[in-house]
Amino acid sequence: MIVKQHAEAAQEFIKDEARTDWHDETLWFVRHKRDKAVNTLPEWESLREWASQIKNHTLSNLDHYLKNFEERAISNGIIVHWASDAEEHNRIIHKIIADNKIDKIVKSKSMLTEECHLNDYLKSRGVKILDTDLGEYIVQLREESPSHIVLPAIHLKRQDVSATFHEHLKTEEGNFDPQYLASTARHHLRERFVESELAITGVNFAIAETGSFVVCTNEGNADMGVHAADIHIACMGIEKLIPKTEHLGVFLRLLARSATGQPITTYSSHFNKPRQGQQMHVVIVDNGRSRQLGRPDFRNSLKCIRCAACFNTCPVYRRSGGHSYHSTVAGPIGSILNPNLDMKANSDLPFASTLCGSCTNVCPVKIDIHDQLWKWRQQIVANGYVTSGKKAGMNGMAWVLSNPKLYRLSGTIVRWVMRKFPLVVNNRLNVWYKQREMPAAPEKSFRDWFKENQET
Amino acid sequence: MKVGLFIPCYIDQFYPQVAIATYQLLKKLGCEVFYPSNQTCCGQPMANSGFSNLTKGCDINFVKNFKGFDYIVAPSGSCVLHIKEHLKDGDNPIELEKIRHRMYELSEFLLDVLKIKHLKASFPHKVGMHVSCHGQRGLHLSSMSELVAPAYSKTEQLLNMVEGLQLLIPERTDECCGFGGTFCVFEEAVSVKMGKDRINEHLLNHVEYICGGDTSCLMHMEGILKRQELGVKTIHFAEILNSEL
Amino acid sequence: MSSRELILKAVAENKPDLTALPEMDLSLTIRYANKIEQFIDKLKSAGATTCHQDSKLVLQNDLTEVKAQGKFIIDLLDIPHSKDWGDLHASQLESLDTCYLRAELGVAENGAMWISEKQMSNRLIPFICQHLVIVINEENIVNTMHEAYQRIETTADGFGVFIAGPSKTADIEQNLVIGAHGSRSLRVYVMGAVS
Repeated sequence: MIVKQHAEAAQEFIKDEARTDWHDETLWFVRHKRDKAVNTLPEWESLREWASQIKNHTLSNLDHYLKNFEERAISNGIIVHWASDAEEHNRIIHKIIADNKIDKIVKSKSMLTEECHLNDYLKSRGVKILDTDLGEYIVQLREESPSHIVLPAIHLKRQDVSATFHEHLKTEEGNFDPQYLASTARHHLRERFVESELAITGVNFAIAETGSFVVCTNEGNADMGVHAADIHIACMGIEKLIPKTEHLGVFLRLLARSATGQPITTYSSHFNKPRQGQQMHVVIVDNGRSRQLGRPDFRNSLKCIRCAACFNTCPVYRRSGGHSYHSTVAGPIGSILNPNLDMKANSDLPFASTLCGSCTNVCPVKIDIHDQLWKWRQQIVANGYVTSGKKAGMNGMAWVLSNPKLYRLSGTIVRWVMRKFPLVVNNRLNVWYKQREMPAAPEKSFRDWFKENQET
Repeated sequence: MKVGLFIPCYIDQFYPQVAIATYQLLKKLGCEVFYPSNQTCCGQPMANSGFSNLTKGCDINFVKNFKGFDYIVAPSGSCVLHIKEHLKDGDNPIELEKIRHRMYELSEFLLDVLKIKHLKASFPHKVGMHVSCHGQRGLHLSSMSELVAPAYSKTEQLLNMVEGLQLLIPERTDECCGFGGTFCVFEEAVSVKMGKDRINEHLLNHVEYICGGDTSCLMHMEGILKRQELGVKTIHFAEILNSEL
Repeated sequence: MSSRELILKAVAENKPDLTALPEMDLSLTIRYANKIEQFIDKLKSAGATTCHQDSKLVLQNDLTEVKAQGKFIIDLLDIPHSKDWGDLHASQLESLDTCYLRAELGVAENGAMWISEKQMSNRLIPFICQHLVIVINEENIVNTMHEAYQRIETTADGFGVFIAGPSKTADIEQNLVIGAHGSRSLRVYVMGAVS
């Protein structure tokens, strides 16, 4: 299956300009709410600096913290698994399900399980999982992937949701009221929670000193699942660790404000031990993270706490939608994480940016996203993942621009052609010309003017 | 003080009036301005496209042309940022460091080095302020809406010295215009959509001109404005500051 | 080599040089002129209803009224609890209408309240009830999460949660809907020093 590259997918997205405007304005409003929230804390920039340094330190001592976490977790009765890659993660979870003869499974938001394509893996083995985050539930019914890691259904209007619920849940046709639709979902999912045997969650933060982990939600769906089910499986990437409980003070103050502009999510659940009679598992996953750790230019991207503030501020993401990034994690952070997983398939992503730098500024853990986008471009070209046309064009440009006489001659010729034979440039083959006029071509360059007017 | 005038390649070729204004302005303010005539390009178009390995020729030429000045000034935030961050010359490391430290974008040179407080300039028009990303987030020429920090803007400070000028700020104060170098053709749809959206915000303010510090942004927005025959013109702030009383 | 060994080996080889943890000057963090007012304000913004009282009367009335409705309610305000609800299964708790809990601590900057497993008796109770009522003493309200973590021992029990409002979602076209999968409403009684 040929995956559309970002530029082509974006062009498709933008064809519906009204919808693009709606998508852009909706996400800009989330950025605006973020701005309002962060400006209530004079210490905001200090918090970002602390979070950045805590994460830097953690990554520099990660093996030690992983071992600490495992040791404490095990002593608290949690079963700890290690998965080198997505396939192993999926196998481990499948085995727990099969060994316990589980039928009824619910899952709350976990981008890691999306990254590993857990749902598809289990489906092909006859195991059905129900996604319970309302946004994820909606896209699951529509057989789509989430377009945003925090707001998975942000690309859908209420009419879309209504149509989906009408088809699958038999809601009233044409009833677009979000309250009505959400209540219907509550009612349907409540039964699933009550009867669930196994619940899968993600992990927002794992604390090394105690072997505990924290799950943050607004809906309460993670807790409804895990406290009802006999088995809780929590999936985490190796980079989710923080050293101490007190560090949660920093991260929980940054996370929701960055993500949605709320001061904190409704629920911040702290899991230390399984409840009496329950099995609690944690699956620790690598899947390319240790490789990223070994890239000095890009290891910083592992500090990410998955808030998606970078998505909301990115003028390109807002106007192209998450699906045009053809990856589980879209947006600016996705563009620096995904080339590590598959450089060729994701070679378009670091170029889906003007390098404006807004993402770097909103990142609560100070990832230098736009600098990494630039550096990935160098890597991608060095590895040959660029068209021969572009390569030839760049070589040509470099040759002309490094040679003063050739530069001046080319400039004069180009301007002369533009003045005398405009159609050579003003035509459909010139991509610039599709929606923009070319700049006027003056008779004299600045240098020409300078020579005539200033040099004696 | 000897000032070397660095004129970005596309200004030299397509917008010489910006370079003329910059030159005349610096002279008016008492600088001894030199224009190294064999300068070409800073290398940014290649570097930003992933081909920084091809900029050696441009880099060497740049160092050759610009060594020995007390200051180097350019009317472009993105070119100045590129020089500061990516200029390489293994053969002349000392010259390179000097150039990096003496490199200034025009507005920061006027305010931080020349420390000007007044200008004899008049521009009685409604002007929309466009903030160019590299100058802002890279060179810190103005505060950034994402950060919790005091507000300031070097360009606005200068434009406020111009008689009759009415400066209007768009609602999204510092969203990118969508030029982005080769992005403007390789992601044409997004690029133009971003440009159109920026322009629409300025139109809501009924401006006569959109003003900025990077001609690349202005060229992109001008292309859209002309195609849509909207009547609004673009102008570099150097031209405004250089306008006569 | 097991995956565990492979991962730890790769991490050990690839990690950067050790950098230090930051010196966090917590005196930089916000202090509210009126913590209780800020706390109540944040809860209201999150869709909770609040009542700041010195006497226990309003709370007593609440309990009486709700009990009189004859629905399934759980009152966990007295510790130790009169009954251990720990063994109840989800299907037995599904019809739970209202539950009353005590919070150990509240946070002014965001309205969050800490409830540990011992206080909730059964982990599902605060989430599965239709209506949640939390009682908190005003002297237990701190400024920020930093102070909260200094005051509470989050690992004292097997589970604990910060609750900062009724459950909600904005997943349908960013329209805020109060009452997602957790409680549909939250009432908070902030009790004055006298009580």
